[in-house]
Amino acid sequence: MKNLITLLLLLTLSFGAYASEGVELQEADVDLGDKTSLLRGAKHFVTYCLGCHSIKHVRYLRIALDTHADEKEVLKDIAPFGASIYDPMLSAMNKHDAERWFGTQPPDLSLIARVRGADWLYSYLKSYYSDTKRPFGVNNLVFEDTAMPNPLWQLQGEQHIETRKTIYGDQKELLLAKEGVLSEKEFDLMVNDLVTFLVYVGEPTQLDRQSMGKYVLIFLFLFLVLAYLLKKEYWKDIH
Amino acid sequence: MKPSRLTACGEWVLDRFPLASLWKDHMTHYYAPRNFNFWYFFGSLALLVLVNQFITGILLTMNYKPDAKLAFDSVEYIMRDVSWGWLVRYMHSTGASAFFIVVYLHMFRGIMYGSFKQPRELIWIFGMLIFVALMAEAFMGYLLPWGQMSYWGAQVIISLFSAIPVIGDELSLWIRGDYVVSDATLNRFFAFHVIAVPLVLVMLVFMHIVALHEVGSNNPDGIDIKKLKDKNGIPLDGIPFHPYYTVKDLVGVGVFLIFFATVIFYMPEMGGYFLEHANFIPADPMKTPEHIAPVWYFTPFYAILRAIPDKFAGVIGMGGAIVVLFLLPWLDRNPVRSIRYRGGIYKKALALFVISFIALGYLGTQPATPVATNVARVFTVIYFGFFLLMPLYTRWEKTKPVPDRVTEELSFEEQIPALMETFEEITEITPEPVDDGQHHAFRSVFFSRRPNPEGMRNVATRLAKKLKESLD
Repeated sequence: MKNLITLLLLLTLSFGAYASEGVELQEADVDLGDKTSLLRGAKHFVTYCLGCHSIKHVRYLRIALDTHADEKEVLKDIAPFGASIYDPMLSAMNKHDAERWFGTQPPDLSLIARVRGADWLYSYLKSYYSDTKRPFGVNNLVFEDTAMPNPLWQLQGEQHIETRKTIYGDQKELLLAKEGVLSEKEFDLMVNDLVTFLVYVGEPTQLDRQSMGKYVLIFLFLFLVLAYLLKKEYWKDIH
Repeated sequence: MKPSRLTACGEWVLDRFPLASLWKDHMTHYYAPRNFNFWYFFGSLALLVLVNQFITGILLTMNYKPDAKLAFDSVEYIMRDVSWGWLVRYMHSTGASAFFIVVYLHMFRGIMYGSFKQPRELIWIFGMLIFVALMAEAFMGYLLPWGQMSYWGAQVIISLFSAIPVIGDELSLWIRGDYVVSDATLNRFFAFHVIAVPLVLVMLVFMHIVALHEVGSNNPDGIDIKKLKDKNGIPLDGIPFHPYYTVKDLVGVGVFLIFFATVIFYMPEMGGYFLEHANFIPADPMKTPEHIAPVWYFTPFYAILRAIPDKFAGVIGMGGAIVVLFLLPWLDRNPVRSIRYRGGIYKKALALFVISFIALGYLGTQPATPVATNVARVFTVIYFGFFLLMPLYTRWEKTKPVPDRVTEELSFEEQIPALMETFEEITEITPEPVDDGQHHAFRSVFFSRRPNPEGMRNVATRLAKKLKESLD
């Protein structure tokens, strides 16, 4: 029996080695309660991403309603020129052009945060580096040979990759070679806003859901107390 | 006195429909053993989840579109634009997982207390048929959101049928209605998921309960309460199901709903186990995901499938893992029902079986590395060993004498003083800290307790000794 337990433990431990493959992700700091961050993220999305990527499941109106922002201001500050408040966030790029330019159609990003997770998106957007072998001159450490050019290159600047030899093997590092318009800290904040927005559009109801949850749980606890007292009353004559 | 109009109406119905006697036979005069414990909540909870799935399912069909072009978006439409649609959908998706949790625990209860043994073999068979119908229901329901995992999971599982010699390819083609999973498959799965299988499920649940009420419920002591009756013919250890177990089950419902609501409102994806991350990508027949894993409740059987090198043998193994459960009443040769009075060899075998089932479940969610596959093979052997060696080891078992009357168990509240004592043993009071102006609540006796290593060691040794004794 003892030997068997040791064997089991050894085997489970050996799985750990398989678990940690790939690049270590950086942590995004997503706070959906921060409406200004969310609105900034929406604005960044329309400016830098909407050219290629749609969010077909969210309308501009929904953003205004969920952030308690003024509809007119959302139209003026966030929505692209000419959009109506009832329009879904659709990209103007058509499928044929997209396939000619990028070889593939940029995916709709409505659910990207639920597929990849906030940390992955945050790390991905920050991990572009110069690579002359790629068609757009950039590659990505998190998603190798990505078809997407770096839309934020002016803001971040140019990163280079360097390989360092360590006792654990080769480690890849990104170094800022040319400064961008934003400082490193400003850029991190900007990407974080963008990721916050993407997490929000993945499930716009998640704020309602969480705030509602506590009332449901309070009700259920009260129900449980009553049910328990009822049970105790009935079972008095059994025990 | 002349009866009122309402009573007269009631009489009119009762003369034509045996409502009163049905209620009497199955609720107020159905005598259940008085010693049901924690494990006996899961039958009624399964019924609750079934009702939940029916109601939320009906609401979902009002907005869902069973069309390969529209299905994925219609689910997102429900999640975002339909009033309360997100709640209904999460109740349904969480309900699916909850159903399997509850049913697995319900089945484990049956195995532990020998509820499948004579005279309850048919209840077990009906129950197993419910389990199979439930798996079919879950599998076909999982295709409906039309995400990548829906699509490729269905593709993988249906292609298993093609491993059957001679008729395999034709059979899988017939099931799909196309050469790959497609709109035709989605439509027929929708029909099965919302009409055919639910009807079968309801029928089976009905027969499960009818069979149960014919022979009566088993209990944690595994004794036959009908043997000893009072002068009115009521079992001495029996109590009416209603009101005693209806009010008791209500407590179980309360506890269950607290867990259920916590998942729905705070972790509906359950870390990718209840709703898989890759299923938020629309189905794409041209892109195979790197790692295809079924939802957690199928993973033990999926791990068995992958553990067996040959595809057809794997399919047989996976099917066999379920078929062998049907045979349980005839594999177990020991007449003693409850684990409480059974021999150490059965207890150890059951413990190994539980470990292997959980381990296979975990392995089924992981990519199949060579090490993982080998470990899965070991656990597959244990899984089948538990059943197939049962006719042998249950014969060698040294059982304990079974009492005539049910034994009393300490209820949770009666165990509280002992639990408090244990808490006091594993912690010690730290010296009163200097007054640093903090709130008084944080300086209560409870908060000034710190872990006590020696006490923890004592408790751990005692528990280990108790565990070892209980395994003999």
